[in-house]
Amino acid sequence: MSEAELKALLLDGLRKIAPEADPAMLRGDQNIRETLDIDSFDFLSFLIALHDKLGVEIPEADYGKLNTLDAMLRYLVPKV
Amino acid sequence: MADFVMPSLGADMESATLVKWHVKPGDAVKRGDIIAEVDTDKGIIDVECFQSGIIEKLVIEPGAKIPVGALLAVIQGGEAPVAAATPVPAPVAVTEVPHIHVSPLAKKIAAELGVDLNKLVGHGTGPGGLIDREDVEQAAKPVSAPQTRVRVSPLARRRAEELHVDVTHIQGSGPDGAIEAADIERAAAPHKPSDAMRRAIAAAMAKSKREIPHYYLQTRIDMSALLSWLQAENQKRSIKDRLLPVVPLLKALAKALRDVPQLNGFWIDGQHRVSEAIHLGFAISMKGGGLVAPAIHDVDKKSCDELMTDLRDLIPRARSGRLRSSEMTDATITITSLGDLGVETVFGVIYPPQVAIVGLGKIMEQPWAKDGMLGVHPVMTASLAADHRATDGHLGAQFLEALNRHLQTPDQP
Repeated sequence: MSEAELKALLLDGLRKIAPEADPAMLRGDQNIRETLDIDSFDFLSFLIALHDKLGVEIPEADYGKLNTLDAMLRYLVPKV
Repeated sequence: MADFVMPSLGADMESATLVKWHVKPGDAVKRGDIIAEVDTDKGIIDVECFQSGIIEKLVIEPGAKIPVGALLAVIQGGEAPVAAATPVPAPVAVTEVPHIHVSPLAKKIAAELGVDLNKLVGHGTGPGGLIDREDVEQAAKPVSAPQTRVRVSPLARRRAEELHVDVTHIQGSGPDGAIEAADIERAAAPHKPSDAMRRAIAAAMAKSKREIPHYYLQTRIDMSALLSWLQAENQKRSIKDRLLPVVPLLKALAKALRDVPQLNGFWIDGQHRVSEAIHLGFAISMKGGGLVAPAIHDVDKKSCDELMTDLRDLIPRARSGRLRSSEMTDATITITSLGDLGVETVFGVIYPPQVAIVGLGKIMEQPWAKDGMLGVHPVMTASLAADHRATDGHLGAQFLEALNRHLQTPDQP
């Protein structure tokens, strides 16, 4: 999967949990949860959806590496 | 026979619109079955039945706006409700009628349809006031929403057709309630549930601050033990089964309420009523603003996995406006957690007629002195706002201390 495809998939997942925000306007270095007002429940739902699509098991200890779109891509690209 | 009335789905609710029946006359229902959907300020609510029996008659048709306590349906047989959420109107005394002037066919049909012939006395349309077949069948039909002649201006009628608006459900603002074009435009405008919800919250919170003398306590709790336990638990689990920190927190809250039950209950008619069951109202913020606090039932009896499953079910339903009536009415205390936003302390406003609300802040790394040593620990501030008519600060302090104690031993059942 290319980085562009992965980014599209991430934005699609974010749109599902934050439909009233516009994830497409999210800058790569912005904190996703703060910018889109995503609580821990929604964030977990997002990660579960990601796991279903990509088969990537993200340990809880790595949640901190997924704060921005850029960080997510850095973390996920080598795994998919 | 029992009356099924529009339940009060919150301290702030006065009426609701019946959207749909899920049952028809003759259907068997049991306590807890969803029998209708109503539209309220807090979205569409699935209304559950309070008792078991057979639906005898549906009194109201979909589309009608009904006040709390009004008769919706009649349920035959089954046991009486254990505790109805709303006062049922006092039964009307039935006068003994020695002889009923009724045709044999009507009598037979009345028996089949479960129509009480006593109620038709004096309303017979047959010869000499005879109650005939038609009268009985009419009595068995659900009563329509009150139909009044609707006056609509020609321009309004044209706009209604263009905008696909049903004029029968619109309140006109013209002379004598006539519907004008502006009324149609207003009805066709996108429905903003947050406006109605805002008003409902305003009413409940104003009532709370007007009537309930709140007292406030807060305590800082070392969360090291809980987070270590949670981390070990989650390491064993696939992402789908992982627990959020709020789950063992809910569990500890339920245990603390077992120790100090006085905070779990209601203040009604000048009396403090402690609840045996522990149903935690969990405040959930809505995406477009506003909040609901549906009940998570019997938290003390559930495992962490069951509570996580409940949250997964409840949160999306709350946000899409699909809660059940019991979830709207059963909460015995409310929990508000603003920790996700980085807030350190939240002091809640009690949701009447409850007597307490617990506020949970963000778990933050903070300097923490223990055994004469200074270290960095994850710390959470828990607060309690409680009704001073029902309890005193001493008891509130015992509750927060019990919460602290249970959070230090999350592995205890």
